[in-house]
Amino acid sequence: MISLTDIIKYFHKGSVNEVFALNSINLEISEGDFVSVIGSNGAGKSTLLNCIAGVFFPDSGSIRIGGTDVTGWPEYKRARLISRVFQDPLLGTCPSATIEQNMALARLRGKKRGLGRGVKKSDRDYFREQLQKLGLGLEDRLLDKVGLLSGGQRQALTMLMATMIRPEVLLLDEHIAALDPKTANQILNLTQEIVSSIKVTTLMITHNMKHAISFGNRLIMLHQGRILLDLRGKEKEGLTVKDLLTQFYQAQGEELAMDSLLLS
Amino acid sequence: MTLYAALGAVEQGLVYGIMVIGVYLTFRILDFPDLTVDGSLPLGASISAVAITSGVNPYLSLLLALAGGFVAGMVTALLNTKFKILHLLASILTMIALYSINIRIMSGPNIALLGVDTVFDSVIRLGVPSHLAGLIVFGLFALLVLLCTIWFLSTEIGQAILATGDNPQMIRSLGVNTHTIIILGVGLSNGLVALSGALVAQNQGAADVGMGIGTIVAGLASVIIGETVFGCTTMARAFIAALLGSIVYRLAIALALGLEFGDFRFNPSDLNLITAILVIGALIAPNLKKRLIQR
Repeated sequence: MISLTDIIKYFHKGSVNEVFALNSINLEISEGDFVSVIGSNGAGKSTLLNCIAGVFFPDSGSIRIGGTDVTGWPEYKRARLISRVFQDPLLGTCPSATIEQNMALARLRGKKRGLGRGVKKSDRDYFREQLQKLGLGLEDRLLDKVGLLSGGQRQALTMLMATMIRPEVLLLDEHIAALDPKTANQILNLTQEIVSSIKVTTLMITHNMKHAISFGNRLIMLHQGRILLDLRGKEKEGLTVKDLLTQFYQAQGEELAMDSLLLS
Repeated sequence: MTLYAALGAVEQGLVYGIMVIGVYLTFRILDFPDLTVDGSLPLGASISAVAITSGVNPYLSLLLALAGGFVAGMVTALLNTKFKILHLLASILTMIALYSINIRIMSGPNIALLGVDTVFDSVIRLGVPSHLAGLIVFGLFALLVLLCTIWFLSTEIGQAILATGDNPQMIRSLGVNTHTIIILGVGLSNGLVALSGALVAQNQGAADVGMGIGTIVAGLASVIIGETVFGCTTMARAFIAALLGSIVYRLAIALALGLEFGDFRFNPSDLNLITAILVIGALIAPNLKKRLIQR
């Protein structure tokens, strides 16, 4: 489904601030895989997702999605195939537009926009039906501005908008990190429900090792721009945070240090 | 203020209201402060005046002016999006370039429309008294532009324009090329400003390269007065408020120019000072109101 070949990405190349963000990443993700991506700050997780989404282009290497080479495609063009949910709940929706206007924008993801009405009458019932799935009562608030919603509600709406029209790939960039624990769990469950119901290939960045272990069928750990661990199927089942840390240090060849406190 | 002066102010408010709708589109909707308008207003005037004097139908000349303004706006937006020049700077560059271009178009700093047919003459021929012709033509055009703008912004493309100003990151991830949208939006805005300039020129019987000075200030003043007085809760309401704000602004100016304190009177050259005071007043009014209510 997604195939990354020798992806290399520098930031500020040639300056004192040079960062080697992705160090020849090779990754094959199959159709329907739910991959959780972990790694410390600066490991390259977001850079990896942004490269796939087309926010910036890799310095070298190629990206294929569903057999199409999308390496040179700009961000807006890749939106035909990819949906995204960001860490900041404010980024996924338009605050000054109403709920139905936001959903209408998302309904046309990757499609030509013309001179038809932005929100059609026939859309409204469909939007209501979709919003009911969230169980947040938003179906009765189609005409409310999204800026009035809480961060959790906005993130739930973003999840819905990202998956309402089934994408080929769903990218979740720490999409629950800015929410309180209870809301974060609700959004995470919603994610699980949606991903399994539409069977979409998903990459989810998380800082929470427990989430990384309990969600998805594959786990990737990035470290300094490389894929350090890649566990799937049986290797991933029954994994504990402790196992993960042990494997991390084995792979990294460093001693267990005080860091375990930081990572647990 | 005499009735005659008030009528003149409303007339001006309506015709410059078309410009204000354009300014609202960039300044508020796209979040793109655009100074090109100081150049595209006289651009519209000169294109229309030159076209009419060379025998083009006055209505068609308005369309040519609109197209010319659109291109000027596109240049500013291209400089900003494709060449990463700061929007303010990009628009100033286009504006000063237009100064020379307008003189080229008119083969001089101004051009008179003597003895040629304008859109006003065609209305007068229908039997409309000449002192009402301006009001009617400007009113109809302002209404038409207002309705078209509101309609356009509620289409699929229009909604993408609104979203681009609101949350560019989000709308890009939904597959919209924000560069194209900004070029379209700034183009449309300047098209409207040029249309307004063309109508002004046909009404006063001349186009002048200096007629655009202070356009953006008047535009912003009208936008801010409109928002403060009439509110901007929905998109349609905000555009209606912008047009009404333009009328209130011109009325306030006319009122101020007519004031007398003993021997003191305002001169037309005090206009900029009055505008500044009006804008400051409109900006601090909501704050002041809040404070007074708290007490």
